[in-house]
Amino acid sequence: MDIDLITQVLFAAIKTGTPLLFVALGEAICEKTGVLNLGQEGMMLMGAVVGFMVAYGTGNAGLGLVGAMLIGCVMSLIFGVLVLHLGANQVATGLALTIFGTGLSAFIGTSVVGKTLTGFEPIAIPLLSDLPVIGKVLFSHDPLVYLAIALALVIAYVANKTRIGLTIKAVGENPHAANAIGIKVLHVRYLAVMFGGAMAGLGGAYMSLVYTPMWVENMTAGRGWIALALVVFASWRIGNIMLGAYLFGLASIMHLVLQGMGWSISPNLLAMLPYVATIVVMVLISADKYKEKLLAPRSLGKPFDPRQMA
Amino acid sequence: MSETLKSQNSSPRLELLNITKQYPGCLANDQICMTLMPGEIHALLGENGAGKSTLVKTIYGVVAPDSGNIVWDGADVQIKSPAIARDLGIGMVFQHFSLFETLTVAQNIELCLSPSQLAEIGDLDARIRELSSRYGLNVDPTRYVHSLSIGERQRVEIMRCLVQSVKLLILDEPTSVLTPQEVAGLFDVLRQLSAEGCSILFISHKLHEVTEICDNATILRSGQLVADCVPKNETPATIAKLMVGDLAEQDAGYEKAHGEEVVFNAQKLTLAAKQPFGTSLKDVNFSLRKGEILGIAGVAGNGQEELMSIISGEDKRNLKDTLFLSGKDIGTLSAGARRKQGLAYVPEERLGRGAVPDMSLSENTLLTHSAGFVKAGLVNWNAVKQYAKSLINQYSVKCHGESAEAKSLSGGNLQKFIMGREIGQQPKVLICAHPTWGVDVGAALAIHQALLTLRDQGASILLISEDIDELFLLADRMAAVCNGHLSPVVRVEETSIDQIGQWMAGTFIETDTTSEAHA
Amino acid sequence: MIRVQARTEQSRLMTFASPLLAIVLTLIFGSILFTALGKDPLQALHVLLIMPLSDAYNVSEMLVKMGPLLLCAVGLSLCYRANLWNIGAEGQLLAGALGGSAVALAFGDSESMWVLPVTLLGGIASGMAWSAIPTYLKLKFNSNLILTTIMLNYIALYLLIWAVHGPLRDPMGFGFPESALFSDAALLPVLSDSGRVHLGVVFAVLAALVAWFILSKSHLGFKIRVYGADEPAATYAGFNANGISWFVMLFAGALAGLAGVAEVAGPIGQLTPNVSPGYGYSAIIVAYLGRLHPAGAIVSAVFLAILYMGGDLAQIEMGIPIAVVGMFQGVLLFFLLACDFFIRYRLVSSRETVA
Repeated sequence: MDIDLITQVLFAAIKTGTPLLFVALGEAICEKTGVLNLGQEGMMLMGAVVGFMVAYGTGNAGLGLVGAMLIGCVMSLIFGVLVLHLGANQVATGLALTIFGTGLSAFIGTSVVGKTLTGFEPIAIPLLSDLPVIGKVLFSHDPLVYLAIALALVIAYVANKTRIGLTIKAVGENPHAANAIGIKVLHVRYLAVMFGGAMAGLGGAYMSLVYTPMWVENMTAGRGWIALALVVFASWRIGNIMLGAYLFGLASIMHLVLQGMGWSISPNLLAMLPYVATIVVMVLISADKYKEKLLAPRSLGKPFDPRQMA
Repeated sequence: MSETLKSQNSSPRLELLNITKQYPGCLANDQICMTLMPGEIHALLGENGAGKSTLVKTIYGVVAPDSGNIVWDGADVQIKSPAIARDLGIGMVFQHFSLFETLTVAQNIELCLSPSQLAEIGDLDARIRELSSRYGLNVDPTRYVHSLSIGERQRVEIMRCLVQSVKLLILDEPTSVLTPQEVAGLFDVLRQLSAEGCSILFISHKLHEVTEICDNATILRSGQLVADCVPKNETPATIAKLMVGDLAEQDAGYEKAHGEEVVFNAQKLTLAAKQPFGTSLKDVNFSLRKGEILGIAGVAGNGQEELMSIISGEDKRNLKDTLFLSGKDIGTLSAGARRKQGLAYVPEERLGRGAVPDMSLSENTLLTHSAGFVKAGLVNWNAVKQYAKSLINQYSVKCHGESAEAKSLSGGNLQKFIMGREIGQQPKVLICAHPTWGVDVGAALAIHQALLTLRDQGASILLISEDIDELFLLADRMAAVCNGHLSPVVRVEETSIDQIGQWMAGTFIETDTTSEAHA
Repeated sequence: MIRVQARTEQSRLMTFASPLLAIVLTLIFGSILFTALGKDPLQALHVLLIMPLSDAYNVSEMLVKMGPLLLCAVGLSLCYRANLWNIGAEGQLLAGALGGSAVALAFGDSESMWVLPVTLLGGIASGMAWSAIPTYLKLKFNSNLILTTIMLNYIALYLLIWAVHGPLRDPMGFGFPESALFSDAALLPVLSDSGRVHLGVVFAVLAALVAWFILSKSHLGFKIRVYGADEPAATYAGFNANGISWFVMLFAGALAGLAGVAEVAGPIGQLTPNVSPGYGYSAIIVAYLGRLHPAGAIVSAVFLAILYMGGDLAQIEMGIPIAVVGMFQGVLLFFLLACDFFIRYRLVSSRETVA
């Protein structure tokens, strides 16, 4: 394996990990407040198709991003109303969101199937991009890769160092106590759910505007689910999520590496790699039940109904 | 005492006028009026379900009243949220603490402060340390709440109120979670606050405490105000009558029994905690004799839950050579197999463990009692229904029949049902945790009598309770649990509340682990 | 003013009314959507809902789609009753199709009467094996069942695609990614002259009846319900949680596997990459719409099958994209979850509350 291949592989790993990073960051915040939204795949697909259609229609990829984030928010609001106000089961509602998003995105996207556009051009960061290997791997990406990293840093800061982060943690640990001291639990959760929706939309838009860039039915191919798994692996820690996203990016493009090394394995078998990797990592990480209980937001998946506070 | 303060300052701090709150199927507060003066320690008395908690939550802005007015320092106020209550100078210590275990003491306190308050205080840690030494609270701002004992957590809650210069401090059953010695410490703090002019609203159902510390008392029954009185001028008997009404029977003293034959014993039970922030059991030894009630006292969170789940087999870790029923090692048996050997349990959590909330009483009967109702894997539902009906009659469970969902029953009635179901299996050993918490006096009496009847029929009962009075009433022998250690077992006649209280605080533990005792 | 009030007990009436209400709301939503698309809503609804039942051929095609939906949904109902979020019916179905095909093709041109039963068993065993993986990982390693089953769906799909491109590809098939046609001995008998209704549909209804019997009459069924409704209570009662998990997961895997092998040994007659148009995912909605009750699943499987069939017809007759079916399914589940609110709550005018 020569240095050029390694450079290419690492570059591609970061690119492939970026949509996962967007989605996992949003879902991590959502889960930290105690809400499990399994609708990531559906919201990503909607973000992808709406982002593409807006960008295609207006010729402005930036507007595409805005559209993707908005549709992610709207989708997550449907989930939010059902789960937070109507007390629907979070798992079932999340699944419904994925089924709905998959169907709706295919439905509205029929008109743009096969169309292409120019998404975001890479921006080489002056000086840094001239560094050997690292320059190519880290500093000559499209702007969204940098945006994802910046967002991760901001979110890590907010979650760990600010009053907002403290409030999120409190709501996720014990919504009843939070309510008793006057935190508006449902407000916090709505905001977190919508933030998660916007991020999932962004992750989807990255797929259709940058990664491919085109719209194909079901193009996210389970990335929303992998992002959900990523949040668990990362033990809800933002730093770990960043690392994990890029590692998964690497796992997803391993077939390039293996082909590059001259292995002849069926591409269909290699396509299983990210999913197999997800299961393997999940087994390794979750086996310690005690640790998971310690790290998971305590109220995760449990409904909170202020009406029943007596 | 703060007589001088009160006479000087004659305008009330808080007035409640005709507060009314309706819940589905229950009028929690019916036109309640109450007045609190600065520096006054005021008791709010009543049975479980009398409406005390609803009333104080109304004052603290957690519950919105349907009608009525609140007057604070002479002005009409609408307390729509706890934040508004805190701005007025109202602080509250909840019965089930509203603390976050994964946060530090300082972070917990910070969450209750508005940004402007925080800016005013400046260095929060320093402020906490200063107040801590002033009131003798011994609260360290940097510690994580999960590492604190119940008593320490309560002091954090009090600190949370003190940090914002509280004018009215509300405490919801503050003493039920403390050892007798800790109660004395709490009362010192309250007296000091009262002397500084802070009003205190103190919810309790323990009459001797009320007469000890309170200036005035308001008594609620079924959501209605039945009396205002000065506790010093009343006897516990007259107050009790006001609380429960004339008709309610009272627990009388019961005969003590002395079993000989050992039926169940635990030997060298040592086990690491399974849950985060749980308690590890350390070398627990005791034996349970035929026809006796063995009481285990202790403040919640000292290993009672762990002990219960390891005896029942709900904690599935095998423990060879530690648990014996009639001489037979049952430590490796599953929970179901242990039941078949003659163990039965009444868990602390009635709804969600002792009974499935959304299932009918017949289904909840089959939950633990399947003997005779299942043939070749199939359930004879008619027989189950008949039996459930007979349980309902025998234990006078108030409900609309055997098809009623468990969650539709009141706490007391559900507990009578669960108790009946477990006793109906004619267990050799019944493990019973906190059987009467949150239960009205009538049901508590029925539950006490059911336990004594079972004992007199020759069963052995392990009674785990936080209520020291109840243990002295029912138990024949007693021990206390502290931080996973079990004290020696003594006959009830040969001990005192004081000694058990000391044991609850861990004085029996010889090694240096006493310093981290969960008391 | 209207206020929301918690019911003291769940409403049985709403439990049954909620799915009907959800269907009506979905149809209203659909009419608005079709109008917005410039299609005649009445005609669209006619094509979607009435035409699939209009003649014997359409009814038989509808039943062909109902079979796999019902088989998967019955298994999922039991899993969800036990609070095990098995999203893996799709993967288990594909595994069943793949395993069954491997068996059927291994028999070659054999005319033996054993070919069909062994083929079916091969499919059932493959489905069970595919559901045993996440079950084992959950019980042994505490892995999240939702995520492992989803991942296994993707893995099963790629495995199937790999098989039809590789070991199971028809050597005489001009390189198309398809297996050879099964011999007649490996095919499920067809039940009627017109159409393709096969024995698999009968299996599906039988499976629903068996599951119904287990849930309502047996002690095991009771334990499954307790385990799902309230795990601490099941532990307290001393039920064997692992046994319950294994039973429902393997049962679901077996039925989904049967659904898969019945597709390849039934209407398709060979292994192709397009064995399932997402039956395993739609079965989640069937199970929910049927109130996680096997008998309810029969009714809701018919409804979803009509919708699938109607989607096909709507594409042919009116040029409405087939994706509308998937979207309707999501909307239907949303409305159902929203309507279920009224099982636990009711609306009261606030005058009533002040006693």
